[in-house]
Amino acid sequence: MEHLELFLKSIFIDNMVFATFLGMCSYLAVSKKVSTAVGLGAAVIFVLAITVPLNWLLDQYLLQPGALKWLGAEYADYDLSFLSFIMFIATIATMVQLVEIVVEKFSPSLYNSLGIFLPLIAVNCAILGGSLFMQSREIPSLGLATTYGIGSGIGWFLAILAIAAIREKIRYSNVPPALRGLGITFIITGLMAIGFMSFGGMLTGGDDEAPKEEKTAQVETSKDGSENIKVIANNINVNE
Amino acid sequence: MGLLSKKDTKLITDPLADNNPITIQVLGICSALAITAELKASIVMSISVMFVLGLGNVVISLMRNIIPSKIRIIVQLTVVAALVIIVDQVLKAFAYELSKTLSVFVGLIITNCIIMGRFEAFALANGPWKSFLDGIGNSLGYGVILIIVGFFRELLGSGTLLGFPVLGDPIAKTGLYAFGYENNGFMLLSPMALIVVGIIIWVQRTRNKALVEDH
Repeated sequence: MEHLELFLKSIFIDNMVFATFLGMCSYLAVSKKVSTAVGLGAAVIFVLAITVPLNWLLDQYLLQPGALKWLGAEYADYDLSFLSFIMFIATIATMVQLVEIVVEKFSPSLYNSLGIFLPLIAVNCAILGGSLFMQSREIPSLGLATTYGIGSGIGWFLAILAIAAIREKIRYSNVPPALRGLGITFIITGLMAIGFMSFGGMLTGGDDEAPKEEKTAQVETSKDGSENIKVIANNINVNE
Repeated sequence: MGLLSKKDTKLITDPLADNNPITIQVLGICSALAITAELKASIVMSISVMFVLGLGNVVISLMRNIIPSKIRIIVQLTVVAALVIIVDQVLKAFAYELSKTLSVFVGLIITNCIIMGRFEAFALANGPWKSFLDGIGNSLGYGVILIIVGFFRELLGSGTLLGFPVLGDPIAKTGLYAFGYENNGFMLLSPMALIVVGIIIWVQRTRNKALVEDH
């Protein structure tokens, strides 16, 4: 149940693209055709499913405050969390390289469809973002971290598939010249994000989330500036 | 312009408008949109990116002849990650509240496509001084868009700028609010960032027809 909840949450509510704008660069650059979008989406699911659990292990046994306890009592109060960025990105870069080599060796057909996208993925914000959110949300177990990785990947896949399909169709529409290409894609993504916001109440029973939004909106208009920033901060967290 | 030759000035001014990293090159959108709900966060983000990109470009440019091209991505990522850790630690020490607001997006500067894009396209082929200017120019172009988006979202969304109520007090109904003006809370939600950027692109391309894409 826990797994299913996190899975659905990471696909719909915390959708990588629509809620947190992660991986926007490749999302915009590679979404001109459905077939390439599918390839990149599949590669993202694949890499997220590997790197998130791996970084969870790193975080748990190396980086967290007190994580080095297993080395002996004198290491118990070490805090290496400031190294997370460099460790995570190194893991991701090496894993991507490794996956590329392994896939090329054992499944040339998969390599032909995924291969060209794999190098792109090392610098895809969605991958690093997945690991960083995994860390900041304090996901409790390895199994859940895997679920989170796969779920986020599928969410990203859905988003890029949807926009690629829309962009293929929109070619036949009469878009104002200045909006063609990039501009209209931005606006469509914004509208899709508004649509995805309606998933917000899905797992809370609908009642928790909706009044909360209203409450924050009221507070925003009623308090002075310093309070305001905090409320906005909360708001961003809620959205994420 | 004793210090900067004409070519050098171009390196800085070009990315501000006609070769803007966000609206034309489509780079660095990932971390740009999520943090623009208030102006202050946009400004801090722009400064952080300027620091990372300016220095990173110099470092990569100095190392450009000794980096084996096969592992250059990993080298670049390590350089950026080290610089971002510095930014993150400084923010945590001096602006803790703000670093909470920015949350993981400081870390995501590492994978900000502007940085990798400029390393690949410029720093690997040019000297340190030129690379530095290119870094500053591109991060300025990035910052300009962030600040415009942050300005409109904060002004229309909460009626404040940098936390100061500029449109009057919504409770006591002073200033603009006396005429029945209301804040548009929708501007604070994430989808509006995309739409505001879309509108900026629209305005820019309407003014400069050369930038229009044919689908």
